[in-house]
Amino acid sequence: MIPANFDYHKATSLEEAIALSQELGDEAKYMSGGHSLLPMMKLRFATPEHIIDISKIEGLSYIKEDGDILKIGAMTTQSEIEHDPLLKSNYPIFGDAVWLTADPAVRNFGTIGGNIAHGDAANDQPALMLALRATIIAEGVDGEKAIPIDDFFHGFYMTALEPGDILTEIQIPKAKANSGGAYHKVERKVGDYATAGVAVHIELDGDGVCQEIGIGLTNVSAVPMRLERGEEVLRGHKVTDALIAQVGQIASEDCEPESDLRGSEAYKRSIVNTITKRMLNKALERARN
Amino acid sequence: MAKHNITMTINGESVSAEVDSRLLLVHFIRENLDMTGTHIGCDTSSCGACTILIDGKSVKSCTYLAVRADGANITTIEGIAADGTNHPLQKAFHDQHGLHCGFCTPGMIMRSIDLLETNPNPTEEEIRWGISGNLCRCTGYNNIVKSVQQAAEEMSKEKEATV
Amino acid sequence: MFSCKTSPEVGGMGHSVKRKEDARFLHGKGKYTDDVKLPGMLSMVMVRSPYAYAKIKSIDKEKALAIPGVLAVITGEDLAQYNLHWMPTLLSDSQMVLPTDTVMHQSQEVCAVIATDRYIAVDGAEAVDVQYEPMKAIVNPYKALEEDAPLLRPDKEGQKDNHIYHWERGEREKTDAAIAAADVVVKERIHLPRIHVASIETCGIVASYDKDTEKMLIYLTSQAPHAIRTILALVAGHVGLSEEKIRIIAPDIGGGFGGKVPVYPGYVVAIAASFLIGKPVKWIEDRSENLINGFARDYHMDCELAATKDGKIQAFKVSTLADHGYTDSSANPSKYPTGMFSICTGSYDYEHAFAELDAVYTNKAPGGVAYRCSFRVTEAVHAIERMVDKLAAEIGKDPAQLRFENFIKKEQFPYASPLGWSYDSGDYKATLEKAMEMIGYDDYKKEQAEKRAQGKLMGIGICTFTEVVGAGPSKDFDILGIAMFDSAEIRVHPTGKALARFGTKSQGQGHETTYAQILAEELGIPYTDIEIDEGDTDTAPYGLGTYASRSTPTAGAAAAIAARKLKDKGKKIAAHLLEVSEDDIEWEVGKYFVKGAPEKSKTIQEVAFAAYTNIPPGMEPGFEATHYYDPPNLTFPNGAYICVVEVEEETGAIDVKRFVAIDDCGNIINPMIVEGQVHGGLTQGIAPAMYEGIVYDDEGNVLNGTLMDYLVPTAVESPHWETGHTITPSPHHPLGAKGVAESPTVGAPPAIANAIIDALYPLGIKHLDIPITPDKVWEAIQESKAKA
Repeated sequence: MIPANFDYHKATSLEEAIALSQELGDEAKYMSGGHSLLPMMKLRFATPEHIIDISKIEGLSYIKEDGDILKIGAMTTQSEIEHDPLLKSNYPIFGDAVWLTADPAVRNFGTIGGNIAHGDAANDQPALMLALRATIIAEGVDGEKAIPIDDFFHGFYMTALEPGDILTEIQIPKAKANSGGAYHKVERKVGDYATAGVAVHIELDGDGVCQEIGIGLTNVSAVPMRLERGEEVLRGHKVTDALIAQVGQIASEDCEPESDLRGSEAYKRSIVNTITKRMLNKALERARN
Repeated sequence: MAKHNITMTINGESVSAEVDSRLLLVHFIRENLDMTGTHIGCDTSSCGACTILIDGKSVKSCTYLAVRADGANITTIEGIAADGTNHPLQKAFHDQHGLHCGFCTPGMIMRSIDLLETNPNPTEEEIRWGISGNLCRCTGYNNIVKSVQQAAEEMSKEKEATV
Repeated sequence: MFSCKTSPEVGGMGHSVKRKEDARFLHGKGKYTDDVKLPGMLSMVMVRSPYAYAKIKSIDKEKALAIPGVLAVITGEDLAQYNLHWMPTLLSDSQMVLPTDTVMHQSQEVCAVIATDRYIAVDGAEAVDVQYEPMKAIVNPYKALEEDAPLLRPDKEGQKDNHIYHWERGEREKTDAAIAAADVVVKERIHLPRIHVASIETCGIVASYDKDTEKMLIYLTSQAPHAIRTILALVAGHVGLSEEKIRIIAPDIGGGFGGKVPVYPGYVVAIAASFLIGKPVKWIEDRSENLINGFARDYHMDCELAATKDGKIQAFKVSTLADHGYTDSSANPSKYPTGMFSICTGSYDYEHAFAELDAVYTNKAPGGVAYRCSFRVTEAVHAIERMVDKLAAEIGKDPAQLRFENFIKKEQFPYASPLGWSYDSGDYKATLEKAMEMIGYDDYKKEQAEKRAQGKLMGIGICTFTEVVGAGPSKDFDILGIAMFDSAEIRVHPTGKALARFGTKSQGQGHETTYAQILAEELGIPYTDIEIDEGDTDTAPYGLGTYASRSTPTAGAAAAIAARKLKDKGKKIAAHLLEVSEDDIEWEVGKYFVKGAPEKSKTIQEVAFAAYTNIPPGMEPGFEATHYYDPPNLTFPNGAYICVVEVEEETGAIDVKRFVAIDDCGNIINPMIVEGQVHGGLTQGIAPAMYEGIVYDDEGNVLNGTLMDYLVPTAVESPHWETGHTITPSPHHPLGAKGVAESPTVGAPPAIANAIIDALYPLGIKHLDIPITPDKVWEAIQESKAKA
């Protein structure tokens, strides 16, 4: 398995990358970690004529809280996310997800930006972004833009990124007291894409009433999916087992899985129900502690 | 298509070459440098037979372009111990019968070096998850786990001794 | 009980000495086929069919040939000029090397592109324009037998339908009568799907023809280089490739498991290309080519097991439909087209059995290639062991107890099985008792009862299998007429060190260590002083190769007997040196001594030196021996495996909590290596039980042709295996040894399946075909609930 011929261009700055992209046009693709794109090129599912390597652009790998916002540089690798002390202590949902993403060697070079920008509903980070209400920061021909996550995923491998845009940063509201998140996916074996995955982020007030809730689903629809109807059931309410069960049921109804090698549509709906309930409980537990 | 001049350090030696854009790092190492200890097993970054270290981090070299390794410091199985000597992992795989056909072994060892670097004292479960991107079809993994455990112990002792 | 006769330094049988072959693998210096690089070497890449069944309308080479570096595009028409477009399979069926008009399965080789390097060859293959006329593929073997099914193999003379052959063993009428008269009969249709060995190294070849010397040098991923050379000479002798001009070297092999026994079309095309061009040609499969083009299993077995109401087994009948794809490429002995499937009566003593099998053609890749057992023992054991558990459940008897009550007893060996085998030895009761004790069977039974009371699903599965390995005897066993024996040749050098060569070929089994240990045991020469050489047809003695756990039963025996021939010669030399009569010489490992005067002795090394420097008058100089061993019978390793699982009702998730494997493979040469073989086989047993299976759609497309979707277990899915042994030596093997490597792959799947189905039994689920995946379990639970 060998990619078709292409020309390689290394960009050392965002400006250079964007300029190259403008110059080379539609047949150019950015590559950061390369662990999503290069396999597709080897299978010749993708045959770009130009690759613009953005992995050498400095300053895009960081994890920090800045005021009320958690900022993660797009070129931060999955491994860096896995081992980051801040994320470990305050945002354990990342650890849940990264642990189940591919394998450690792939995680060493696969980046969070690439995982999101690829627009693949089977990737794990999109569901997290939906649950955490992320804002995607991109740099393009017309300068920087901020895209709310709800507007980001457009279709099968399609996102709000326009030609030339580079995803540079992920912004997430800083974790509040009494908030918690959790992610799990069912996979056929370790490192597999999700049969189905659910990300939950919940914020409680002092009385245990749900102030904010985000639920994102992995690989049960053509586009990474936010479970809005389920969120509405919980927002503003004290979370009870009955409500959790109701949200699980909604998740199984609203997701749009297809039967394939990972199981039938009915099976996937059923496990989405189960994982949604489990992740709600796990997120609640974390929010309460 | 344009060629690119690249320079990198492999196993401590500087190497320069002119390569095609699409040349995969694993082929550069095997075909251009004639270092055939790094193997190809799956082409889809599923099996880990091609695992090497780039700047100390394990990577599947079948999913990495040679041209991107320009300036990198690369270590392959050939470079982890001087001729006639063993890295603790090499010794442990021998002691614990952690290999049969040997085809996955270089990748498994390179991955384990990185694993023990980030987690010097892993549990059995952490080892199993830590090598989950490396397939072995012969050993059933029991003895690979034991090998990594033995090496972890020896390497910790070595570290203590040098402190 | 076996005890070591040699010191650990000498390292004879029973010592867990470390492997001699490890160093090169650990340092990246193993030499595998893809590591071979010859001057001027070209690269070959196959163009493959996207369709499962299609007419080839045209092949346009022009665009490919226009690419700089592409030297040739070889088609079936090109090969037909030399009559090389068809070849025989190992079971005397016929297989296309390259097609001239029709492709018969998805990914079949259509033509080959030869270029100056791999990258250009891939571009060339992309550029070849093949026009197809797709036809409706036959994917279901039952449909292949329907009257209106199209005839898939009109090329075969006399072929009127898609039926390949019928085979049967045993007494149909008596078995039917016993089943009809029985108190209890359990029935099931059991399917073992297609799976793939997926050795981490794929298959490949470097063929290098020298037009001046007319020698064809071939580096090949082959488990059986001698047999392949002979077949090549038979197929290509007419173009000048006669056997003495062909040298096959099987270098280091990255796992075989039977997948490297057959001749694949790519080998033949690479050889033909090198022959025509006069340059070395390399062809290495990529992973998808590997996964889609060779298969094991695919048996649909209708089983009936009859017993008295208290569980005494009376009769077993199995009728099988075997899906062989478009050609039967089984690597089976010619008189045994279904391999050793008739071992299906298992470890139990009863009178009546009948097994029959009908093989059919479909539009799938050539079927019958192995998965760590080509001889159909896996299928046979799965059938009987599932049925025994089903019987136990049906009559409400503990499955261990049922087995104890039906086992062939220790004193019944040699045991004549109802389908014609003579089991050599075993103590099935002791083996199962040991497994039960090791896992704590009674405690698990209690825990299970408690869990069931709480509505939790926990299962305990047992498999007590009997394997059959080590073919010949040659009077019964041959591959394409070549008798199945094996060989050893020993040369002891003047300084007492040795070189030994074998007709087998290790793919990770550790022959360089274990064969040396056998010789150390027999001769007393330290195993570290003995070099082992295999796989080069120019130097190694003729043998049928390594597969089906046959190396220790055949070549291992040959080594022992060749060593004994040497010892006999050495005795004469020792008598000469010690100036006594040969009758006065006695042997203890490593030295000869004078009866009654042990201080007067000569070591084997001294005798070796004398063999070249001071021989008795009239004796032929040198210290060498060769033996071709034709076994009098097969060996019958056996084992008792117990698996404990928990199943989550809500999701179908399966958790393997424990797995204990007790194996009896007779006397053990190297316990460390045997344990390693068992571990590996167990992981290759859980693989088909829970993860692996080639999936086809209705058009014959393979849906999981990469390792992203063909689910080879990682260290996480593979449980922590617990192993142990009982030892009943084989009475007919010179070392009392039996083969072992396939046992765990044979025994694990039914143990796991039995455990999962036992867990699900309270829900009314009585059978599931492997692989038993969480989604399959979940579906079965929903179905069962719907019925209730």
